Amino acid sequence: MTTIDKTASVPAPRDGATHDGPLLDVRDLHVEFRTREGVAKAVNGVSYSVNAGETLAVLGESGSGKSVTAQAIMGILDTPPGFVTKGEIVFRGQDMLKMSEEEHRKVRGSKIAMIFQDALSSLNPVLSVGYQLGEMFRVHQGLSKKEAKVKAIELMDRVKIPAAAARVNDYPHQFSGGMRQRIMIAMALALEPDLIIADEPTTALDVTVQAQVMDLLAELQREYNMGLILITHDLGVVADVADKIAVMYAGRIVEQAPVHEIYKRPAHPYTKGLLASIPRLDQKGQELYAIKGLPPNLLKIPSGCAFNPRCPKADDVCRTDVPALVPVTEQDGTDLPGRGSACHFWKETIHG
Amino acid sequence: MGRFVIRRILQMVPVFIGTTLIVYFLVTQMGGDPIQNLYGEKPVPDNIRATLTAQYHLDDPFFVRYWYYFTGLLQGDFGESINQGRPIVELLAEAWPETLKVAGVAFTFELIIGVIAGVLAGMRRGSFIDNLVLVSTLFVIAVPIFVLGNVSQTFLGQEWGLFPVSSTDDGFISYVLPGLVLGSVSLAYIARLARASVAENLRADYIRTAKAKGLPKSRVIGIHVLRNSLIPVVTYLGADLGSLMGGAIVTEGIFNIPGVGYQLFTSLNVEDGPAVVGFVSLLVLVYLISALVVDMLYAVLDPRIRYE
Repeated sequence: MTTIDKTASVPAPRDGATHDGPLLDVRDLHVEFRTREGVAKAVNGVSYSVNAGETLAVLGESGSGKSVTAQAIMGILDTPPGFVTKGEIVFRGQDMLKMSEEEHRKVRGSKIAMIFQDALSSLNPVLSVGYQLGEMFRVHQGLSKKEAKVKAIELMDRVKIPAAAARVNDYPHQFSGGMRQRIMIAMALALEPDLIIADEPTTALDVTVQAQVMDLLAELQREYNMGLILITHDLGVVADVADKIAVMYAGRIVEQAPVHEIYKRPAHPYTKGLLASIPRLDQKGQELYAIKGLPPNLLKIPSGCAFNPRCPKADDVCRTDVPALVPVTEQDGTDLPGRGSACHFWKETIHG
Repeated sequence: MGRFVIRRILQMVPVFIGTTLIVYFLVTQMGGDPIQNLYGEKPVPDNIRATLTAQYHLDDPFFVRYWYYFTGLLQGDFGESINQGRPIVELLAEAWPETLKVAGVAFTFELIIGVIAGVLAGMRRGSFIDNLVLVSTLFVIAVPIFVLGNVSQTFLGQEWGLFPVSSTDDGFISYVLPGLVLGSVSLAYIARLARASVAENLRADYIRTAKAKGLPKSRVIGIHVLRNSLIPVVTYLGADLGSLMGGAIVTEGIFNIPGVGYQLFTSLNVEDGPAVVGFVSLLVLVYLISALVVDMLYAVLDPRIRYE
């Protein structure tokens, strides 16, 4: 993976940024799915924030609630069965959960955009890419069909699709995987949003194309000074691009930290397990570490710390008390800014 | 696309020859005596029988007779009805407009109401409207069409006087009730097809994308869902078009409409071979053309299907 320059050092304020505080601030978000089998608690009190130009990586296994949180932010949760039961999603000082459906819709796509994982199934197979790109301008800016097509070609050029003008009328299945993902990115960028949520944008791509797509995303983010929430389970991608990391497990954030510190000194046994399970050249020939067990059933989340059945350090207290996300400090008590861990034994984990 | 259409039209030729041959063969094998049918119970005079036999080539070998028939067909000469003694082209010219009017009403009705009902039901699964559509379509499918026809004729026509009861004297309004009855079963299938495919497409990833783009709901449903959901409906409509025209025997009978189904039925009853073959040949053409139109519509609706 290529190295990418950090973007946090470019704090140029975007127009209309009249609010104080972070661009997006998610506070104590709870989401549940009411199904026939019972209530699945997918998100249980997630809080995170993103500033303009900053990249937050949200890390976690399948079913940890990272995508559901993103869908709640976008307001595209399928209701029913999904319901936001508690919390606030404050975007530029306004709680989006209190907006009317129409206000929220206008924010979607123009102010907050989303990139999905599998670009083939995420693009409409029966509409040309030019049409799907142009739709953004037609709906949000009221452009004519012709003007929208010109804009669509510009966008395709912008994300480096060769021969954009000739390919604007092609359909998604006529593009390669990497090109399709570029089209997804172009669609998200169309109206130069303040925040982009990328839900595993490179998972379906091969490694060389992954690098190209991440480069492109980082370059465009820097250029427009956008906030980026990168949802992934690929620790390799995270290290190169992210400014800070939030690790999720069973609908909670179990650890958060600036990106490089988490690799050096994880403060949660789950993060530690994740890092230990990355294949490393210097351990060639040895057995690869794996976290034992399976992610919890969201219908029956274990009492206490949700990770306790799989945790090598679990004690009695872990089976009864839910650990809060507490600030992590050095051994002598000095602050480690931006760090937090939801483990009863974070001290032993980080310092021990 | 152009080459595909030409190839398909060329493929129609052997299909058309084959089907007319088979139908012609079957009709000659029906047995019975069409000349005797002209006279009912009375004996047929020998000289008349000889003249008619020579006139209609009834004694020639099968393939010679088919050859006469087919060459005539190519020149637009469908032959003469034995029973009515008129050119079959005249019969066709009388019957087709009737059938087209009834089928047109049925087609419009099932397409518009069927798709709307299906889309509404698919969008709100488990709601009142969904259950209403499911139960009512099941009812329509379960009840035989002659029951539906007779009941609606009795109540909507005779008792409440909303529609003319039968025949075609009242102009276009006379075709409305038969059309509704004829289209009702297909409507039920279309509603169910549309419901299932809308419900499935609503969960598709690209619909999530469309919502994330901030498109208004009308656009998400009207363009993104509908375009994809219409593909199975179009398939069904294509096959249905043929049966609306040829299979309307019961409905045309109940409402006394002298259309294709009605004429076909009458001709079959009196063993009027040339008339039967003539009507069926034209129906075969209708089926072939509607199949071609459906295949072309596919390519328009779904660009992943390309014909080379």
